[in-house]
Amino acid sequence: MAEVRAEMVANVWKVLVAQGDTVEDGDTLVILESMKMEIPVISEGDGVITELKVAEGDVIQEGDLIAVID
Amino acid sequence: MGLRAIAVYSEADADLPFVREADEAILLGPANPAQSYLDAAKVLEAARVSGAQAVHPGYGFLSENAGFARAVIDAGLTWIGPSPEAIEQMGDKINARNLMEAAGVPVAAGTREPVADLEEAVAAAAGIGYPVMVKTAGGGGGIGMGVAHDEAGLAKAFEQAARAASRFGGTSAILLERYIERARHVEVQILGLADGTVVALGERDCSVQRRHQKVVEETPSPGITQELRERMLAAAVRAGEAVGYLGAGTVECLVDADKQDFVFLEMNTRLQVEHPVTELVTGVDLVEQQLLIAAGEKTVPSVAARGHAIEFRVYAEDPKRFFPGPGKIDVWAEPSGEGVRVDSGYAEGNTVTPFYDPLMAKLCVFGQTRAEALERARAAVADFKVVGPKNNLPFCAELLEHPEFVGGDYDTGLVARMRA
Repeated sequence: MAEVRAEMVANVWKVLVAQGDTVEDGDTLVILESMKMEIPVISEGDGVITELKVAEGDVIQEGDLIAVID
Repeated sequence: MGLRAIAVYSEADADLPFVREADEAILLGPANPAQSYLDAAKVLEAARVSGAQAVHPGYGFLSENAGFARAVIDAGLTWIGPSPEAIEQMGDKINARNLMEAAGVPVAAGTREPVADLEEAVAAAAGIGYPVMVKTAGGGGGIGMGVAHDEAGLAKAFEQAARAASRFGGTSAILLERYIERARHVEVQILGLADGTVVALGERDCSVQRRHQKVVEETPSPGITQELRERMLAAAVRAGEAVGYLGAGTVECLVDADKQDFVFLEMNTRLQVEHPVTELVTGVDLVEQQLLIAAGEKTVPSVAARGHAIEFRVYAEDPKRFFPGPGKIDVWAEPSGEGVRVDSGYAEGNTVTPFYDPLMAKLCVFGQTRAEALERARAAVADFKVVGPKNNLPFCAELLEHPEFVGGDYDTGLVARMRA
């Protein structure tokens, strides 16, 4: 099981996956936006998204949980 | 100058120094720029209720928006900037490029019409020759720009530019230009005076960039000869004259350092972030000139050219990957001393939010020589204490020890090489 967490304070611009989706290493899960920069959040392994904790438009803090991949 | 300054701000910026420092400050709305800094009607309403006579658009948000300039003028206020027509002509990069070519300003080989799809892009690139730069005609700040070395790279760069273009309203066309490897980004500061003449106030070298965005700027450029400098300044004056330019503007060029030649890149129809370095070597207060020119004063600034100045943009970002690092500022201590100028937007206790640009402060140094400026910069960077948000001061210190930067023989690829 892998937890994907935010590396910085950001707005959630795009959510590209849904709970239950199968993802591979390198897939983009969500795109964050902070200080006029798009920051893709990438899956670091293969698996299924068991939890998706963010929605488009959310403001998230550094360390917040974005998704759990099992 | 005896003027009253009225600031506008969003909820996110309510605690920042500029709100206190202004004679009056008016809240525009929430943090989201569309509901505050980009809402022209709200800015005009703020001008009306405060009794303002003129609007200075700064260097972000609506500063290069011809529609806003027109609305300011239609409201009976003075617009501190060039005419809406000049902003429009230069705002479209394809139009600007064609206009400059007609005015005898060198331009890079590239598309004279918007490129509609990938197929057209591939055909155009074959004619121009790789590598090519793909960009959006209406974009700025490096957004949507990409370099392609072959057809596969072009497909990727085109897709990225198209995505950026659609995100900014779908009106932005895509263009291709020959990409110069080992290019320096050198720009010329111009001032269109009230009597219709245009003067050039020297150049700025802005080749230290990450993600096509400037980090450090210096003047004079250590990478151009006096002969090239004179040609560039003369071309910039012609560029300004071609659009009847009024006020402060910047003609951005790419310089092929090996060939000592240049091409027009784009014109910024506003004050630039990096204007302080020009002020330090010319002794001209550019904002004062903007105000005098907007007031119709027919004065000619007395321009000196002495010494060397460097600006470091102190960004709230990590110094390794340059990723945003907003946060609360627990400690903020600025350097001071001979030849040191700090223009900052934040103070201790403020929070740098994720909503806007990461620029926290501009650290500027002046020296009689470049070596003296570098020496003062090293001391000033070491003395600048910021605790809280991630910041790029460690990068600035690293740059000041890098042989390419110290030697002056660097190009826009320098930062990427430092992080390779």
